[in-house]
Amino acid sequence: MFAYAIRRLLVAVPTLFVIITLAFFLMRLAPGGPFDSDRVLPPAIEKNIMAHYNLDLPLWQQYLKYLGGLVQGDFGPSFRVRDFSVAELIMSGFPASLQIGGTAILLAVMIGVSLGAFAALRQNSLTDYSVMGVAMVGIAVPNFVMAPLLTLVLGVYLSWLPVAGWGGGAFANKVLPIVALALPQIAYISRLTRGSMVEVLNANFVRTARAKGLREQLVVVRHALKGALLPVVSYLGPATAAVITGSVVIETIFDIPGIGRYFIQGALSRDYTLVMGVMIFYAVLIMVLNLVVDLLYAVLDPKVRYT
Amino acid sequence: MAATTNGTGARVLEVTDLDTRFSTPDGEVHAVNSVSFGIDEGESVGVVGESGSGKTQIFLSIMGLLAKNGGASGSVRYRGQEILGLPARELNKIRGVTMSMIFQDPMTSLNPFLRISKQMTEVLVEHKGMTEDQARARGIELLDRVGIPGAKARFDLYPHEFSGGMRQRVMIAMALLCEPDLLIADEPTTALDVTIQAQILELMADLKRDFRTAIIMITHDLGVVAGLCDRVMVMYAGRVVEKGAVRDIYYRPQHPYSLGLLSSMPRLDQAGATQLNTIPGQPPNLQALPEGCAYQDRCPFVFDACRIDEPGLHRIEAGREKACHLEALPDRRAGAPDASSEAASSQTAVQEGQP
Repeated sequence: MFAYAIRRLLVAVPTLFVIITLAFFLMRLAPGGPFDSDRVLPPAIEKNIMAHYNLDLPLWQQYLKYLGGLVQGDFGPSFRVRDFSVAELIMSGFPASLQIGGTAILLAVMIGVSLGAFAALRQNSLTDYSVMGVAMVGIAVPNFVMAPLLTLVLGVYLSWLPVAGWGGGAFANKVLPIVALALPQIAYISRLTRGSMVEVLNANFVRTARAKGLREQLVVVRHALKGALLPVVSYLGPATAAVITGSVVIETIFDIPGIGRYFIQGALSRDYTLVMGVMIFYAVLIMVLNLVVDLLYAVLDPKVRYT
Repeated sequence: MAATTNGTGARVLEVTDLDTRFSTPDGEVHAVNSVSFGIDEGESVGVVGESGSGKTQIFLSIMGLLAKNGGASGSVRYRGQEILGLPARELNKIRGVTMSMIFQDPMTSLNPFLRISKQMTEVLVEHKGMTEDQARARGIELLDRVGIPGAKARFDLYPHEFSGGMRQRVMIAMALLCEPDLLIADEPTTALDVTIQAQILELMADLKRDFRTAIIMITHDLGVVAGLCDRVMVMYAGRVVEKGAVRDIYYRPQHPYSLGLLSSMPRLDQAGATQLNTIPGQPPNLQALPEGCAYQDRCPFVFDACRIDEPGLHRIEAGREKACHLEALPDRRAGAPDASSEAASSQTAVQEGQP
């Protein structure tokens, strides 16, 4: 399994290379540059700035220079956030995103799996239909609608929680963004769990477990749940990556100093290095999490073996 | 109690007027219709019928394992105690403990995510309060008993690491863990190769002798019944159509359906027989059974009464019951060829008779 993991990581290198190359050139295709919208500068100064950031070189040379930096672990300086390197910005934004996203995904797994299993055990009952109906709403309502609604009710009308801001990482400030981020995930995971759980509960081996006279609790937890969780686990890889790298919408609405905000700011102001840095960070995270999912599969399903 | 037995001891299971219904979007399906039978200690009974004749559903009803849209009524007494409709908590004191069931498909009936050891020991820990160590020892002992070579070394393997025949042996060992006095085997050999089938049947015969377990063998293979069972119950369209000792039914079937089943068996000793006999027609739709006898459209001996009255199961001689209006069938060896040619002609008659 260890050798397998190493091999997978090595295979990831060419993938990453393709992603970097595509992202680099695609971004340069977008009109404008990092210093365009500023007040008009004297040509001499502008030339100096361009030279400082290597923007006066032909594109392929810029590309090679950028790659050269990456190989040494250097993401370059941010073009717009002066005096900060891209690595510094990512490292300053990631903890907030990780806290909010990580908590949200944990919450989503616990609540989503329980609700899904609960609904599956009462298949086609009123409980089942109501849980699944609410979940459908959770999936259908986008978070840029859900988040302001939550803020309006819990923050403005009831004044229970702060409307926005990080508050130096105070718990009360994290509640709303975590809930807003978790809700659609809860909805999705519960529907996924219900579907696979219903299937497993009808499997022959669950009938065998019942025929053995096992308690219902054992039948469900020991015999049914493990198989039912496989699809959920494969969903969780990319979902976790997406959630912990920061939801752009949630971080903007709640004004959280996370990584997602830098991505948007960077893209809007053509901060090439910042966008590239966040992109690469995101890509690596997805690849690692997918590998974790595959390794988890081997733990859950004895038929899956890596050599 | 109409059923007579060849068994030795007390009655283990007594089923009276069992009805099983499934509600489907297209209406109610009458899968089992007023079935009654009993089985004694150490006895073995074969339940024979085509697919969809309700034979499996009888026993899923008894074990409380019906699908959610199914319901059973009537009476099922296990050692005198009514068990039909018991809540799962109560039923769990019996199923898996003194009454076990093994299923048709050993490939899917074992949990693919759990080690064999866990699937076996959990039964003993749950029902007998054994420690994990005691349960392991007992589990290995039984795997050994059902003929799994190197049982100790293989105890912690997963189901997919066993072959089909081995998995069925594991299923059997699992069912025997608590030394049940009734073992219900639902087509245990159907999914297996012929050579493996023979081994499994031999094993069942051994167990029957050694453990004195009463066995109910659900099958569509008459050969299986002949080798293992004392008595047979022939099912058609959710009803019992004939009951009796194996020998009697094999040599002198008294119901036209039993006769049809027996004539459909390929025979090696019939020189020159180039074509297999079949029963013409299809089993009836259980949602819309015809008036009268369910077998009327396929029966070579059909006459007026069959289309009006449903024949009840009645005693025809000691230990013998059938549900047919016909007094007696011609002797099988003399009657079978006639019966099949007659079948063809009566079948056309039936079709012509219908408007």
